[in-house]
Amino acid sequence: MASRLIEVLGSGCAKCEMLAKHAEEAAQALGIEYAVIKLKDPSQWARYGVMSTPALVVDGQVKLQGRVLSAEKLKELIA
Amino acid sequence: MGIWKSEWKPLVLMAVLGVAAWWLVYRSLEPFGQWFAFQLLGLTERGGLGLAVAFFAFEAPKVLMLLVVVVFGVGVVRSFFTPERTRAILAGRRESVGNVLAALLGVVTPFCSCSAVPLFIGFVATGVPLGVTLSFLISAPMVNEIALVLLFGLFGWKVAALYAGTGLVIAIVAGWVIGRLKLERWVEPWVYQVATGPSATVAPLTWGDRVEFGREAVKDIVGRVWPYVLAGIGVGAAIHGYVPQDFMASIMGRGAWWSVPLAVLIGVPMYSNAAGIIPIVQALLEKGAALGTVLAFMMSVIGLSLPETIILRKVLKVPLIATFVGVVAAGILVVGYVFNLVL
Repeated sequence: MASRLIEVLGSGCAKCEMLAKHAEEAAQALGIEYAVIKLKDPSQWARYGVMSTPALVVDGQVKLQGRVLSAEKLKELIA
Repeated sequence: MGIWKSEWKPLVLMAVLGVAAWWLVYRSLEPFGQWFAFQLLGLTERGGLGLAVAFFAFEAPKVLMLLVVVVFGVGVVRSFFTPERTRAILAGRRESVGNVLAALLGVVTPFCSCSAVPLFIGFVATGVPLGVTLSFLISAPMVNEIALVLLFGLFGWKVAALYAGTGLVIAIVAGWVIGRLKLERWVEPWVYQVATGPSATVAPLTWGDRVEFGREAVKDIVGRVWPYVLAGIGVGAAIHGYVPQDFMASIMGRGAWWSVPLAVLIGVPMYSNAAGIIPIVQALLEKGAALGTVLAFMMSVIGLSLPETIILRKVLKVPLIATFVGVVAAGILVVGYVFNLVL
């Protein structure tokens, strides 16, 4: 079964929490093994070159930044 | 004809009809406000309540309608600018040119205050000078497209242009001054030591994506902001209906030299989004407050805020934050005085 490390970059504002929630829902809907980690410390974000939060990193690759998508659309990015 | 797709025809037709309908409704709002207060509710035109209600019934839907259009349009424009692109343009530029570019880009690059920190790190750690980065961080919240369009709609292009022009000048000069002061030692050291990865690139956007961006912006921004807007219009309506005609002239008028510093002092710690404060601005101006003082107040409120300084504390040490706030406040002060003298 595929497994994915999903990191949500954000400082805890409403948008960041929503992205984390949608990402969790998307991963569950895909039926994969996953771990959703919320990175709240800005010093951890720069290594991904991310400049606008919230951002979504899947297995080390930046898939989305600066906005929130629905769980449905996130499925394509996480799969 | 290369890019025209026939399946777009019905969408274009809908868009044209939508614009026409919007315009018709917009034009009828002022008479609607009068009718609502004086005919439907039977209030008198000579009383404060009647005036306040007519103001509110006209301005509330008007501002919301303008907001939807503007936020959508700006959302689409912003889809063309990313922080990565801005950084690429700014990296390695000479300071004075860099300050100007940074201030201009600050207006059109998508920015939310929660992104202030990663953006700051992303810029500074890859070689954009501190002063140039700060020019961007000053103009981004201060020259706000919502405020711009609302000012244009309410007061005409001259006031809107003044606001945009002075906001940019403050951002450019303040950033340049801080750059000259060589305050890099007051940036938290870990910012410069952060290992930066390559620029994160995301797939290019189609026009459908861009429209979606606009729609999302409307849902997100107008959806969050409308209570503040209505509250602001409520305050504006109260001022409009109940405050005597020239009352403001005595405390915020041109004669009172201390009105500008007072306005800045009150405005700096306050935070309101731009849309909420414009109706207050309008009501104040109507009651005789001087334009320079009111502009200074508005810029202090939306350009500097307590939440923003708290966020910046993660990357800037207190002396630099104090300098930052001080230089920007001084710039706003000067602008306020100059306008009161000149206009």
